[in-house]
Amino acid sequence: MAEKVTIIVHSGDMDKVYSALIIGNGALAMGMEASLFFTFWGLQRLKKGGLEKGALSKMNMLGLGKWMVKKKMKKAGVASMERLIQDFKELGGKILACDMTMEIMGLKKEDLREDLIADYCAVGTYLSEARESKITLFI
Amino acid sequence: MAEIKVDCTGETCPVPLVETRKALRKAKEGDIVEVTGTHPSSKKEIPMAVKALGLKLLDIKEKGGTWRIRIRR
Repeated sequence: MAEKVTIIVHSGDMDKVYSALIIGNGALAMGMEASLFFTFWGLQRLKKGGLEKGALSKMNMLGLGKWMVKKKMKKAGVASMERLIQDFKELGGKILACDMTMEIMGLKKEDLREDLIADYCAVGTYLSEARESKITLFI
Repeated sequence: MAEIKVDCTGETCPVPLVETRKALRKAKEGDIVEVTGTHPSSKKEIPMAVKALGLKLLDIKEKGGTWRIRIRR
């Protein structure tokens, strides 16, 4: 069995979700398995049209900071989050949605990107994935 | 045996690595994947991925900031 990375995406901040997607894609590219477990603020990014909506974790300045960083990222040729999440799926990455967060936030399956989500689950699934992972991160 | 070319010129982390992997997945055994790019770390990291995947690195060339890596599936 291939080595595995399991990442909890708890933050919905743009820069942090970027980190999770980049690490997840990197792991798949290097022949590992990867799972992203979206919970709490992170799950908001899986709402339809929500992927790019996160604020910057620092110096967001009501969106001005995010706008500046996005401009610089575009100039540097950084891929969009949509492209990264599609690549993640294509390379066999697994996207999991926390069903407790869905209940708290009143989110239904049809409110979320069902095209991306492999499964809806809870802490038991995270732990059974994490216990067989070489790397697990909380972002 | 086919030769598959991947152009990642101007792309940055993690795209060259991801595009290399996508091409290698599509390639058949014996095919050659040739990746061209400009992102400096990817020149070091694509060979790391090739090693981790147990594939054969054929050669790495660099000219004026553009590198070219050839891999055999």
